[in-house]
This record gives sequence, C-alpha cells and structure tokens, in this order.
Amino acid sequence: MLAAAFTDFMQQVVSGLASGGIYALLALALVIIHRSTGVINFAQGEMATLSAYIAWALIAHHSWGYWPAFAATLVISFVGGIGIHTAVIRPVERGSVLRIVIVTIGLLVAINGFVVWQWSGEPQQLQSPFGTDVYDVGGVVVAAHDIGTITVALGIVLLLGALFRFTKVGLALRAAAVNPEEARLVGVRVSWMLGLGWGLAALLGAVAGMLTAPTVGLDPNMMAAVLIYAFAAAILGGIDSPIGAVVGGLLIGVLLNMLSFLSQYGMFDWFTEELRLPMALLIILAVLLVRPHGILGRPEVKRV
Amino acid sequence: MALLEVRDVTLRFGGIVALDGVSFDVEEGQISGLIGPNGAGKTTAFNVITRLYKPDSGEVLLDGSSILKAPAHKIVGKGVARTFQNIQLFRTMSVLENVLVGAHGRGRRIGPDDAYEVLDVVGLRERALFPAAALPYGIQKRVELARALVAKPRLLLLDEPAGGLNHEEVYELGEFIRKIRDDFELTVLLVEHHMNLVMRISDDVNVLSFGRKIASGPPARVRADPAVIEAYLGADDEHDDDEPSPNGTPQVSDTVSDTEREDEA
Repeated sequence: MLAAAFTDFMQQVVSGLASGGIYALLALALVIIHRSTGVINFAQGEMATLSAYIAWALIAHHSWGYWPAFAATLVISFVGGIGIHTAVIRPVERGSVLRIVIVTIGLLVAINGFVVWQWSGEPQQLQSPFGTDVYDVGGVVVAAHDIGTITVALGIVLLLGALFRFTKVGLALRAAAVNPEEARLVGVRVSWMLGLGWGLAALLGAVAGMLTAPTVGLDPNMMAAVLIYAFAAAILGGIDSPIGAVVGGLLIGVLLNMLSFLSQYGMFDWFTEELRLPMALLIILAVLLVRPHGILGRPEVKRV
Repeated sequence: MALLEVRDVTLRFGGIVALDGVSFDVEEGQISGLIGPNGAGKTTAFNVITRLYKPDSGEVLLDGSSILKAPAHKIVGKGVARTFQNIQLFRTMSVLENVLVGAHGRGRRIGPDDAYEVLDVVGLRERALFPAAALPYGIQKRVELARALVAKPRLLLLDEPAGGLNHEEVYELGEFIRKIRDDFELTVLLVEHHMNLVMRISDDVNVLSFGRKIASGPPARVRADPAVIEAYLGADDEHDDDEPSPNGTPQVSDTVSDTEREDEA
C-alpha cells in the first residue's frame, strides 16, 4: 500500500515537473516582457500557439524534418516578437500601462483569429520530437516526451541565464529593464533592448507551444489554460524574477498534481481535474494578498 | 576653442522657461562650476547636454561640433559621462556589473580589467560583487562615479557629488575630483550646492538663476558679484525680508541650508 502510494506520488511529481517546465518557459516569457515593457503580455499564449502552428505547417505542408522546422520556428518567432514590439507596442509604449495592456489583448484576439483563418479551428497533430516511448522506472511510468520537455526547458533556461549574466548584450538588456533612462546615458540603445526582450519572449513561447501541442493537440486555444498556469507561476515566483518564474512554474506543475494525488488517497476528495484552473487562479489571488512580490521577487518600494 | 560650448539655449516646459538663452563655455582640462539657487536650471542644463531634454532653441557644441543631432545613447560615445543628483544605479545589478555597463557605449575595448581599475580609483574593488542597492548612499555615489569614469569620458558632468557628505568628506571629495581630473585627463562640469567646494576647486564658475545666466568668471569674482549675492539672498526673502547681512559685507554663504537642497526638476 505504502509502496504503491509512493509510486503514485513519484508519478505525479514527474508529470508535474514536465507540465511545470512548460509553465516555467511561458512564465519566463511573461517576466521578461514585464521587466522590460512593464505589462503582462496577454497575447503570450496566442503567440506560442501561432509558433506551434508554424512548426506544424512546415512539417505537414512543406515536409520539413522536425528539428529543422523547430529551429526555423525559433528564428521566425524571435524575429516576429521583435516585429510585434516595433509595429504595435512601441507606438503606445510611452502611454499608460492600460493602453499597452489593451494592445496586448487586441493582439491575443488578432493572432487567434489569424490562426483560425489560416489553418481553420480543426485540431491538428504536432508530433513530439522525443517519440512516444514510455519507460518504466521502478513502477513510475515516464514518457520520453516528458523527459525531453524537462530537459529542453531547463536547457533553455540555463542558456538564457548565461546570456543575461555573461554577455554584453545580456548586461545591456538587464540595464535597460532596471533603469531605461540611465541605460540610454551609458550608451545602451534601449528601444532595441525592449524589442530584443519581446523577441526572446516569443522564442520561449515558441518552445512552450511546440512542447505543449503533442500532449493536448494543436488547436487555436490550446495555450489558454497554460497561460493561466504561467500567470500563476510568474506571480508565485515573483513577477520580476526570472529564477522565480522557473521555480514558480515547476512548483505550480507539481502542486496541482499533488492535489490530484491527495484526492486519490481520500484527502481533498472534492478535488477533480476540472478544478485545476480555478486552483491556479486561487493561487494567484492568495499570493497577491499574502506576498504580492512572490517567493523570489523584491517588494516594490517607491520613494515618495 | 572650448571643449563644451553651450550657445543661447532655451528650453520651456509648458509656460515655464527652464533655460532662457543660456550660454557658457567649459575649457578643456578645467573644472567648471555651475551654481545657482534651486530651480535655476542647473540639472536641466545637464539634461540638455546629455540629450535627455531637447532644447527649443540654441546649440550645444562639443569640440566645435553640435551634439544635438545625436540620440542620448550616442552621447557617451562622444565622450560625455555624468552622475546624478538622485543616484541612478542599476539597483538589482552588482557593483561590477554597474561599472561594466558604463562602458557599453565604448564598445568591446573596455572589459572587466578596466572596470576593476576604476573600482580601485574609487576604492571599491572589495565591494565589486555586492548588489548596488545594498550599499550605503555615499558608497553608491562612488559606484556611480566609477561607472562614469569607466567610459573614459573627456567631459565629466557631476551633479551634486557632495550631497549627503560631511565636512571632512567634502574636503576629500574636492581633492579627489582634482586628482581624477589630472589622472584621467578630464574636463569637469560641476553642479554643487556646497559653495565652499565649488569655490575651492573650480577654475571657472557660471551662475544660473531662474533659467538665466547671471554671472560667470573666476570663483573670487563670482563670489563677490552683487547679482549672485542678490540671487542667493533674494531666494530667502519670504522669511527674512529686510534683514541686513550679518557683517555688512554680504557673501554667498558656504553651504546652502538644507531646505534648499530639495530635488530640482
């Protein structure tokens, strides 16, 4: 009984980490844009969906191999993110936060509409690059896709961390996010850095989208729920903390699975899968009430 | 030819004339003071020179050519660096990172070795890896100075470097500014309320009041200029209207009272 419970527990942890890795990628994208542009990008999920569709179209319609399509999608998304910043965000950047938020909501609707118009709303199948193998590790069923997802997510996070910490452009990106006016005076071209931030966020979203599609099916609304989990992850970790976003993503993935696990064993037996999304919203609410700067964020102190 | 020439610069914010036809020169290798009561336009002048503000008319020449066409992020590349009255550090970044990013506009030629070199100059090598926000105010000012120096500027703009320092520290700061002027072959434009410091180390002083230049010249002459005395004492005339100056021969006081050191736009 206990051994079986432990196996179930580990099972939930593993699949929680896999979905958490995806939340982490999308949460990181939200954090990058929030730090540079100062808003939550509500279109982040749809941008990821569009990227996944681009990968699918390259493979299904143009018979590309998976990895070339994957790489091309990253490049297209990166450039597209910069393009979105230049075309629709920059013109309103100096306005109120509300204006930018409304523009991102408009983007959400526009991209969603574009995807349906271009590829119809029919669900499609995007393959997993890691195949459909499953392994039995001491009774715990581990899918190759889950291992691949966790590996890719962590790899991307480490690469990005290295970019921010060890490169000149990373230093400039951070400087532009922390203090744009002063960054300008030390020679940083701030508008480029903000655009670069949008490019990186779109790239992260593309990875999240391409890793999500194989498990839930490629569909114009597939990232809607993932975006809510990513919000919860970013808020839980601290909306200005990249490391927090990653920690928050993994935590949300595992926490929600823990509820499933516990309900299986009679605790929280009211919890069903339908309550996952409301739970994420509850976490957002709770964090905002109790610790608004999240686990790893800094409390905002304004000098008045 | 002067290194910096400010020519007839006017800048209005709505109905307020922040700078009203201001002209002055800063000669190469000199320390030039820019003083004036609060709201005189000193920081505004800095913001024009560093291209944060665009003047309505007038010209700013560096080495004889206009810098008003260049965007703000190109200014450091032209050899102009500054510090701020209210410290503007990258708060979440380490001291070393703050200094490194100061060299951004100077390309790849400047690396960590140069950053450590200027950290030595301001005595902060040991604190290189501290987050900037965690340091005391006075230390943060030195970080800001190191960040300006690492860009190897020709013209260094210092906005109230003595703010928050005690008497001895102000004296040391004066010696320090002279030393870096010599060691780094700088030209320094200094905005400072601490009159004693300005008068002691400046080769030349310009005085602004309500956006206009009212006096310029060597410290001793400016200090005795009736228009300058009027501008400083006149600033208080709400409190002590007709009070005669204490010893009959009015002089601009050494330090301006704390109430006058509030931020200026």
